[in-house]
Amino acid sequence: MAAIEVHNLCKRYGKVTALDHVSFVVEKGELFGLIGPDGAGKTTLFRLLATLLNPDEGSATVEGCDIVKEYRSIREIVGYMPGRFSLYQDLSVEENLNFFAALFGTKVEDAYELIEPIYKQIEPFKSRRAGKLSGGMKQKLALSCALIHRPKVLFLDEPTTGVDAVSRSEFWDMLSDLKQRGISILVSTPYMDEASRCDRVALCNEGKILTIDTPDAIVRSFDRPLYAVSCSNMFGLLCKARADRGVVDCYPFGSTHHVVANDEFAAGQFVDNMKAQGLSDVVVEPAQPTIEDVFINLMKR
Amino acid sequence: MKEHNFLSFVKKETLHILRDVRTMMIVLLIPVVLMILFGFAISTEVNNLNVAVVSPCRTDGVRQCVERLANNPYFTFVGYITQDDIDHMLRSAKADAVVVFDSDYERLLALRAGGVETKPAMQFIFDASNTNVASAGAVYLQNVMLADHSKQSLFEMHLLYNPQMKSAYNFVPGIMGLIFILICAMMTSVSIVREKEMGTMEVLLVSPVRPIKIILAKMIPYFVISCINLTTILLIARYVLDVPMSGGVGSIVLLSVIYLLLALALGLLVSVISSSQVMALLVSAMVMMLPMMMLSGMVFPLENLPAVLKPLPYIVPARWYIEAVRKLMIMGLPLTAVLKEMGILCLMIVVLLGVSLKKFNDKLE
Repeated sequence: MAAIEVHNLCKRYGKVTALDHVSFVVEKGELFGLIGPDGAGKTTLFRLLATLLNPDEGSATVEGCDIVKEYRSIREIVGYMPGRFSLYQDLSVEENLNFFAALFGTKVEDAYELIEPIYKQIEPFKSRRAGKLSGGMKQKLALSCALIHRPKVLFLDEPTTGVDAVSRSEFWDMLSDLKQRGISILVSTPYMDEASRCDRVALCNEGKILTIDTPDAIVRSFDRPLYAVSCSNMFGLLCKARADRGVVDCYPFGSTHHVVANDEFAAGQFVDNMKAQGLSDVVVEPAQPTIEDVFINLMKR
Repeated sequence: MKEHNFLSFVKKETLHILRDVRTMMIVLLIPVVLMILFGFAISTEVNNLNVAVVSPCRTDGVRQCVERLANNPYFTFVGYITQDDIDHMLRSAKADAVVVFDSDYERLLALRAGGVETKPAMQFIFDASNTNVASAGAVYLQNVMLADHSKQSLFEMHLLYNPQMKSAYNFVPGIMGLIFILICAMMTSVSIVREKEMGTMEVLLVSPVRPIKIILAKMIPYFVISCINLTTILLIARYVLDVPMSGGVGSIVLLSVIYLLLALALGLLVSVISSSQVMALLVSAMVMMLPMMMLSGMVFPLENLPAVLKPLPYIVPARWYIEAVRKLMIMGLPLTAVLKEMGILCLMIVVLLGVSLKKFNDKLE
């Protein structure tokens, strides 16, 4: 039995289809990432699996329990951390933790060993109001609260959004640690660079899953030559490169433009073509594809 | 769920309230302010009514009458005027009322005493631009002027329970009806909906606890606050406004506790149907406060309602409560006299709880 099984799940809000026949499986003890931009349906999927919504079509199970028929059992075994900070801002760190322990009929001491690595970082501020914590500390508190009842499955909806880079990295370290303890984790993020921290990821867009695989395999699946190009007139380069015969696609990527090439592409020829159109200082270098390149490529198909 | 948990939910709600010091102060001070405001500042009772007198001949009988008027704390005797001045005095607001004695006053009285039908011996002219003052003043003035002629007059009028027509007697039950709806229904519904709006409800739902228990735990601190308010109101009513409380404090408290529970049930229903704090406030204001003020008999007499609206007050809880409180507080009737009202209030609690529990959804949609 897998931790999460999703079959053809559909959810519509009026005429808008938020989730369009989505299927995937998360194995026990797996750290599974949902990667996609805002509006991809990630939050809807979490709410369905957390039994907060009922699907319009399809079915799903969490630890073998059906999300519609056995939703009460699911609510006891999952830890859910919504995208928005959902603790009591006017209560202190300690009061929040105690309340959530009481909510699940347990005590903070009973799960202390599990939450300790996370909680000890915010413990010095335990009498501070939750609303006055920094973004990173809020996420740590929210994660501590979600773990207080030793859940088998963790649902984390964009836990690193609005958190600084160092805290984000720390947060992913904590998730790896929790995975070691056998907790299955479904996590979503709009940051493509975080995909590599997951065991497997699903790239999703507009309610559909584009592909599911390990981060490495997804990167390897990019089967076209990729180049990073740059010059002093980046916007001019973008327009002219897109019109070039040897170029399938060109898009801004950090401080360069990525060029997806076809078989006719040759770096020297490209530089000459650009020079003929008035761009004299074009530099072309081969580039390593990233998840983002795969995503953009899949989205345009 | 363990008992221990329920207490920690109550504790959490209490902390929310205590942390919001400003709101808590408002909630605790509203009753005091309203009681003082309605009890003293806004009153329909007759106070300092300026009365002028027209009397062609000033006989002993007339003098006695005017003396009584001048000595009465509720009236101010502004002086003797002539028949021609009446209009001017009333228009310039120098007098609120004019008492006109017939030139044959003594003889007419004597004839009436002998059972002879005569023209009236005395006339009251009132400035009725404020109908409340005019009607209350007329009754009271009549009482004062005819005090020692009661045997001679055609009828005897006797105001029971509130002979001075003190407005505090009228308003205290009304304020009680208002405050408890305000605090129990409005505050609880807003605090429940706040959890939906802040997203914390989402986390509460994904837990083994049935959210209805958390909501019930939410009501307890508000119930306690309302009990504090009840005490304040009763103390002010008794010792500052001199309301008699002749029906027994115990009965009033019992009746009020039933009404508090009703208000909580109402708040629960509002929170179930609204999705934002603004909506909860609007629903409270439109569905609870407005009909409360208009249809409970607190401000406007229910007898004045047009026929189409007549059935409406029957479903306004405050109407039954205010009526019962009046009976207990002002008329001094025993608890058995308000059993019908209590029964109706209890029935309303059952219906409201039933509807809100049925409508309560432990999902987000």
